[in-house]
Amino acid sequence: MIGRHLLSAQDLTSADAVRILDTAGELASVTDRSVKKLPTLRGRTVVTLFFEDSTRTRISFELAAKRLSADVINFAAKGSSLSKGESLKDTALTLEAMGADAVIIRHGASGAPYRLANAGWIQGAVINAGDGTHEHPTQALLDAYTLRNHLRSGQGDLDGARVAIVGDILHSRVARSNVALLRTLGAHVTVVAPPTLLPYGVQAWPCDVSYDIDDVLPHVDAVMMLRVQAERMAGSYFPNELEYSRRYGLDSRRMALMPSEAIVLHPGPMNRGVEISAEVADSPQAVVVEQVTNGVHVRMAVLYLLLGGRPEELDLEGADR
Amino acid sequence: MSHEILESAKGVDDLVILGIPTRGVYLARRIAAAIQEIEEIDAIDTIDGQGVPCGSLDITLYRDDLRLREVRALEPTNIPPEGIDGRVVVLVDDVLYSGRTIRAALDALADVGRPAAVRLAVLVDRGHRELPIRPDFIGKNLPTSQSETVHVHLTECDDDDSVTIAQAGQ
Repeated sequence: MIGRHLLSAQDLTSADAVRILDTAGELASVTDRSVKKLPTLRGRTVVTLFFEDSTRTRISFELAAKRLSADVINFAAKGSSLSKGESLKDTALTLEAMGADAVIIRHGASGAPYRLANAGWIQGAVINAGDGTHEHPTQALLDAYTLRNHLRSGQGDLDGARVAIVGDILHSRVARSNVALLRTLGAHVTVVAPPTLLPYGVQAWPCDVSYDIDDVLPHVDAVMMLRVQAERMAGSYFPNELEYSRRYGLDSRRMALMPSEAIVLHPGPMNRGVEISAEVADSPQAVVVEQVTNGVHVRMAVLYLLLGGRPEELDLEGADR
Repeated sequence: MSHEILESAKGVDDLVILGIPTRGVYLARRIAAAIQEIEEIDAIDTIDGQGVPCGSLDITLYRDDLRLREVRALEPTNIPPEGIDGRVVVLVDDVLYSGRTIRAALDALADVGRPAAVRLAVLVDRGHRELPIRPDFIGKNLPTSQSETVHVHLTECDDDDSVTIAQAGQ
């Protein structure tokens, strides 16, 4: 049973994660038909509260909620009272007053979703859609789902799968969530990055660390390339993009080092020519587009599992069943 | 029951048998196998590798009592590749009680396609309907009180084939 909120991939047990992935698998088969809408969350209101720019995550959540017949309100920082300086608390109280059943939040500050969920401002479920450099749990879930489809025929966990995560580990919430979740599911994770792009304390993470991508690639079942996040890089972490690309970018020469059936993931948006070459991005081993499709199914599963059952505060009223 | 279904459908050409998880699916497979035996047809390729198209229909996402209980796990939905448009769909479930499950199943079917007709086959009809729903094919009528619960066991998922009535809470 997953909790009331989804704030961090670290909160999920292996059984929780497998349950979300199994539910996503069933929902994928249901949405494979002409009428894609399900009546399950009819009458529920889902708010997407995005303080940072995002295309695919917001659209993916919106589509997932709409496929389940929930009403969706998009609340973006630009063009709302947030740009007039309203605080997170006042925004949350407004949403609560409007009766939001779930709030999907992306925020530049790590921990903002936790604050929103635990400050007592709102009753509804809180889903973290990326907070600062902390976590992005639904991305990790959709990556795990994609990996499971390719490496384990869509069944069970990822026990024994070998996954390398390459790139800007320091600023990447995707990497943090993925390391935690893939480890929980039994996979063996290696993070690969220049020393300047590894966070302090990475030795304590449940994964191996390497500085040399060519050493790691021959021994992986999947490699996840991370975007070089120019917008988060105030200092100089590497001399220039060309050097980064030469030492850590995935091109066809490096892809030839990988086992032939290994797959390439990227959370998007891709910087073609920096961390991934165009040939690799367009190769059959790259599953980037599939990740987007899977994202909708995984987010539907999360929304269903968080909102589909009995709301906890109604325990007494529902007790006759 | 298989004979009755065959008779009313006037042959197997347009027949699709859909079980409602969990035990309805096993019953649907048994009915499909029985029909195949009666008609002496060879197994052609369907999703279950059986002659008569047979599948499952999960209705969890269409239930009207979702908000009254803990969130439920989803079960597989397998619609035969031929689809259900213009065919006669026979829904199969183990116990018919309030009729709400069947109501949900009808909603689910409407989103999958437009069958020529929908029939309902149940192993046990225990009465106490809450909706205007009536089965077409009944294995056994089992008068019960609402304080009792009916348990159906099938060898596919339990140890034996049996139907038992128990007092609630047992």
